[in-house]
Amino acid sequence: MRLRLEARPEPSRLMGILSPLLAAALTIVAGFVLFSALGKNPLQAFYTFFIYPIRDINGLTEMLLKASPLMLIGIGLACGYRANVWNIGAEGQLILGAIFASGVALAYHGSESRLVLPAMFVAGAVGGMLWAAIPAFLRVRFNTNEILVSLMLVYVASFLLSWLVHEPWRDPEGFNFPQSKQFTDSALYPILIEGTRLNVGFLIALVAVALGYVFLNRSFLGFQLQVAGLAGAAAKYAGFRASRMVWLGMLVGGACAGIAGMGEVAGPIGQLLPSVSPGYGFAAIIVAFVGRLHPIGIMLASLLMSLLYLGGEAAQMGLNLPSAITGLFQGMLLFFLLGSDVFINYRIKSARAVPVPAPKMAAT
Amino acid sequence: MNATTAGTTGVVPRIELRGITKIYPSVVANRDVTLSALPGEIHAVLGENGAGKSTLMKIIYGVVKRDAGEMLWQGKPVEVANPAHARDLGIGMVFQHFSLFDTLTVVENVALALPGKPALGPLAKRIVEVSERYGLPVDPRRLVHSLSVGERQRVEIIRCLLVDPKLLIMDEPTSVLTPQAVRKLFETLRKLSGEGCTILYISHKLDEIQELCTHATVLRGGEVTGHCDPRNETPQSMARMMIGKDLPHPQHGAATPGVARLTLAGLARKSPDPFGVDLDDIHLTVHAGEIVGIAGVSGNGQQELLAAISGEERIGNRRQVVLCGVEAGRLGAARRRKLGLCFVPEERLGRGAVPDMSLADNALLTAHRRGFVKGGMIRFKAIARFAKTCIDQYTVKCSGPQAEAKSLSGGNLQKFIVGREILQQPTVFVVAQPTWGVDVGAAAFIRQKIIDLRNDGAAILVVSEELDELFEVSDRLAVIAKGRLSPAKPIRETNVEEIGVWMSGMWPGANGSARATERQDEERHAAQA
Repeated sequence: MRLRLEARPEPSRLMGILSPLLAAALTIVAGFVLFSALGKNPLQAFYTFFIYPIRDINGLTEMLLKASPLMLIGIGLACGYRANVWNIGAEGQLILGAIFASGVALAYHGSESRLVLPAMFVAGAVGGMLWAAIPAFLRVRFNTNEILVSLMLVYVASFLLSWLVHEPWRDPEGFNFPQSKQFTDSALYPILIEGTRLNVGFLIALVAVALGYVFLNRSFLGFQLQVAGLAGAAAKYAGFRASRMVWLGMLVGGACAGIAGMGEVAGPIGQLLPSVSPGYGFAAIIVAFVGRLHPIGIMLASLLMSLLYLGGEAAQMGLNLPSAITGLFQGMLLFFLLGSDVFINYRIKSARAVPVPAPKMAAT
Repeated sequence: MNATTAGTTGVVPRIELRGITKIYPSVVANRDVTLSALPGEIHAVLGENGAGKSTLMKIIYGVVKRDAGEMLWQGKPVEVANPAHARDLGIGMVFQHFSLFDTLTVVENVALALPGKPALGPLAKRIVEVSERYGLPVDPRRLVHSLSVGERQRVEIIRCLLVDPKLLIMDEPTSVLTPQAVRKLFETLRKLSGEGCTILYISHKLDEIQELCTHATVLRGGEVTGHCDPRNETPQSMARMMIGKDLPHPQHGAATPGVARLTLAGLARKSPDPFGVDLDDIHLTVHAGEIVGIAGVSGNGQQELLAAISGEERIGNRRQVVLCGVEAGRLGAARRRKLGLCFVPEERLGRGAVPDMSLADNALLTAHRRGFVKGGMIRFKAIARFAKTCIDQYTVKCSGPQAEAKSLSGGNLQKFIVGREILQQPTVFVVAQPTWGVDVGAAAFIRQKIIDLRNDGAAILVVSEELDELFEVSDRLAVIAKGRLSPAKPIRETNVEEIGVWMSGMWPGANGSARATERQDEERHAAQA
């Protein structure tokens, strides 16, 4: 029997909203199977992965801390994705944001000024935007593919970071470790809850969600982005400049990623290291899609993704599983989401469901 | 039951539909439809937009499944599973919009539609045979992009004829043809009918149906309102069956042209599309209070001309397009709209409207300048009110301003788009194919609105392939052919025959035709020498 996909005449809207939940549920089920296959007690593994990390206030704040950059970047990426501008290089823009912000922090090392942190914030945004401007310019000017260019720039960014911490910005008193000086207090985000690592960056992410909601769903510019994404010819017809949409989509994404990078060095890390992100820029792509490119959805998806990071760490410690478990779960989540979407838009038909009489000899 | 069913004539009908019903979630497309056609019959299927003609044809061709009813093929009940099955049975269909690959040759395109992998050599020979037999001349080795629209239609028809169809469905086949090409098509169809092939002919052109068809089934709102012999009817009587009332006729007073609002001064532009048409030295002035029509066979530069006027494609030389006194060649679409231009494009879904957006959002698409955006934010209530006004004034059948554009029938969406543009009170209004695929009632309504807008002092340019329509609404008429534009002639000083000749690029004093004759002369001299 042959199977084929047939487009549904009217895809269900309800299922469109529910499919991220379905994907999350399927991920958990697949996790059960996976843990059992690895010889772990699935219930205990489930507890270790999803409950243990957030059993107390410390764990909960850790989840919010990790969700912050994901939320922020996810909102920025959604602006571009709505206009079919595929910025895949948020990780690189995050690194540049961290570098620029660190530049400010190191230049004013020891300063007591209240302006250091705002200056780092602006520098982080500018860094991310500059890195995003490269694929935007190449796309607008030469029609290059922004997916490839932005992705390749991630690796350039990480080498740039590596050089900086190994050479010019290395802490002379750091026992030759490739890392910068520890930032002083004026260059660090204030802590929100004493005794935890949760900082002001979380509030900034929430503000980004609110601004993102207004921008994407209420503003005319957001409307233009959406039109450009849904029907390019209609955008052209209405006079919405395609190049402006590319610039807008890339720069907003770059700025958000840059601010997220700044938030890492000004937050939990507190200095510049050879690695400033466990792949937030890539995970945020999944967050944006699981959140259906909607700010509220992105907020919820970032919490789930953050939990996957924490669960992965807990699984390493508690279950002796390799760190790749985090990436595995992220991948499963995206896989099940895309799979669910296929079945929302298509249904499976067996090619033999309807009897087809043997065709006449074909004319050839 | 009508007189053509098996019981009364003794001949088994080629196809018979009994009680066909198809219900979509929001609309009944067909209810209890009965239709019967004998071998060799040319049977018209008449009806307004959304009357259910296309759905009925798609049911026959196996594209859509019926909910109830019976289909008999040569007297035997049949379930058509899919188009391939339909073709096996001997049913061919020529769609309104062609499905050919531009960069492939005719024979390659035909081969793609046939089962298996036919050898191209013998297939090309068969194409030539068939094309000669039915008077459909086409060279199988030519690339499709180099074919005229009429030739492309021939390829589609040949593709159906190769499998010896017993039933051929033609969906609005003449909408893209010149009057001369329509004649040739009718000869072909009559020949096919003479050989016993049944033809289901969908059209809204009543005079054509009268000339060609011997039977007609009329649909209204998904139900059969009558069977008739078109030869015994008048266009008026058939229109009455179709829309349930007499055909409204637009009122057209004399024009009182004012100042020049749109001037094309030597507009020239090379098409960026390798298969596009280059615009060559186009001169035209449209004054306030007049309607200028542009006739022509599609694919002669209409698309390129409209894009150059709308600003979707900018012109290097800003003087070549003058809009309300402003040299606008280098301005984009948004800036030109700001000067008072409104434009209805030929493609409704995807260009004139965003399919996945609501009508309110689609109103915002071009009407946002009229106070619907404040401080960068959308005024949702105000734009929904505007959309509602448009829906009410233009009798757009839909569930309301929140209905998605793609949920509307083509004619209703066209009414909405025309309404959206006219309600913005343009000083220059450019409209392409204002009534393409729109039923006669709605078409008359749209034309009347265009004339009303002219009477209010707007400068209007109508680009259409329907000569009747152009003669009905225009004050002056020009013809576009191969990227050149003829002079615009007052409508009273010309006629269908003259415009028909001009459509092949032969207007007096035309650079192009003069050059063409020169070239012919040279060739003749060369041949003699």
